[in-house]
Amino acid sequence: MIHLIETENLTKKFGDLAAVDNLTLHVDDGEVFGFLGPNGAGKTTTVRMFCCLISKTSGNANIGGYDIGKKEDSIKIRKIIGLVPDNVGLTEHLTAYDNLDFYGKIYDCSDAQRKENNKRFLEMLGLWDKRNVLAGTFSKGMKQKLAIARALIHDPQVLFMDEPTANLDPEAAKTVRDFILQLKKEKKTIFLNTHNLDEAQRICDRVAIINTSLRAIGTPQELERSISGKKTVIGLEQQASDIVLRALKKLPLKNLSSEGDTVTFVVEDPDKENSPVVEAIVLAGGRVRSINVVGSTLEDTYLKLVRK
Amino acid sequence: MRLSKVWTIAARDFKIFRRVKNVWYSIIIFPVVISVMFPAILEYLALRGSPGLAAPSVLPNLLNSFSFFLVIGAAYVPLGIASYSIVGEKVEKSLEPLLATPLTDGEILLGKAVSAVIPTLVAMYAAAVFFMVGVDEVTFSTFGYYYFPNWNIATLLLVLMPVAIVMSVLFSVIVSSRVNDVRSANSFGIFILFPLLGVYLLSETSIIALDVNGLLIISGILLAVDVALFFVGTKTFRREEILTKWK
Repeated sequence: MIHLIETENLTKKFGDLAAVDNLTLHVDDGEVFGFLGPNGAGKTTTVRMFCCLISKTSGNANIGGYDIGKKEDSIKIRKIIGLVPDNVGLTEHLTAYDNLDFYGKIYDCSDAQRKENNKRFLEMLGLWDKRNVLAGTFSKGMKQKLAIARALIHDPQVLFMDEPTANLDPEAAKTVRDFILQLKKEKKTIFLNTHNLDEAQRICDRVAIINTSLRAIGTPQELERSISGKKTVIGLEQQASDIVLRALKKLPLKNLSSEGDTVTFVVEDPDKENSPVVEAIVLAGGRVRSINVVGSTLEDTYLKLVRK
Repeated sequence: MRLSKVWTIAARDFKIFRRVKNVWYSIIIFPVVISVMFPAILEYLALRGSPGLAAPSVLPNLLNSFSFFLVIGAAYVPLGIASYSIVGEKVEKSLEPLLATPLTDGEILLGKAVSAVIPTLVAMYAAAVFFMVGVDEVTFSTFGYYYFPNWNIATLLLVLMPVAIVMSVLFSVIVSSRVNDVRSANSFGIFILFPLLGVYLLSETSIIALDVNGLLIISGILLAVDVALFFVGTKTFRREEILTKWK
């Protein structure tokens, strides 16, 4: 498998402040890679380093075999990448067609290629009828779609997308997500910055969780399993009384919490450890209505790791 | 440096300018004022109202001073264009995707400069033609010959005006990196006119002469300023600076 993106101890500091610290990861050809983290975690800074927009402080990173630290490689890297920044950055006084056509010219696409690609992407994203409309008059969703088309106009090897569905209404976000899934089917390599966990879970082959430094990396399923223990939710017939809660606190339960008529906790082995819990509730006068054992979600993993 | 890419950027900016009224005002108003106002002043105030100013011995100095306003105009016009060209991109946040393309910083900067220089040159040369024809019409009876064109105006238009435009564009680039709206960029950009207005005042008080030699000396000084501004401008217009330090 070819690693299209490869980093080793990649670090970026602004003064004494580390925005990205010792990042080591790789992204394979044809993979959709989710880069998860809260605001200020270093996601945008990482993408900007990959796109040779800002310099690294230390460490190494290669994109398509080119070194982001070498000045002579930076233009080669920018030729093989496409960027959808967090702010779409369209030229608002140009039409949708002219926005794409300009970038086609910058990437040395021939007249015929530009015509074909402009039409293909505008049709694919449902914007062909609006091709002669100024981009500034577009809705947020239409702008985002046009920005994606712009990043794809030269058929890049890798597409960097920085929060592509942030600030979009659910319908527009779904259109963008569906388009990313379509690109995934076409085996396009995509590096997706997001803090939308549901989106990452649905779209990405692998995800990394970052909060300045890398916290975890793997498939969404691997990360879900990486949290030890399983969550049990017990439904009671009435609100959990103080006597019931005091009884439960005597047991070795992790993350015990109660809300209304439910009690939630984490145990290593629910098959063995849930019976004494039920027994304790009944002895304390509580009546159990239901017991549900649920695995950890990507959200649990994410929250646990970014709070470290 | 690929000139085709420089032209692609400039051509896109021309397309944008066509749709921005403020840029049109910048390009049109000052040249029209210069080309119409000064011949009109000569016609109604100097030649008819104050015959002393129309004397053949006094008139050339007055015309040279008036001609110098073409240079001041040439420095003023690109302020509006270059400010919009760069600050406009900042406001629309369209610089980041542009910077992520294989264009070099120099190609982008030069493209932006060309898009400000060409409309200015066209507007100011057109203004100069109207100015010269208008002045010749008015002064022919005094001189007995057409005063323009002459070496003075040729030096002014072909040497001094281009270096003044480049100075203004480079200054606009530097100013644009520090402000967030076109109006502020224009307000700060006006400072670049002060040295030129100073030259005009010195010529009015006869401390310096705006003859060919005087114009060449001023051009040399502005060229040195251009070189200094170019170094500051290229340092300012770097990808990392733009993305991390520009306001």
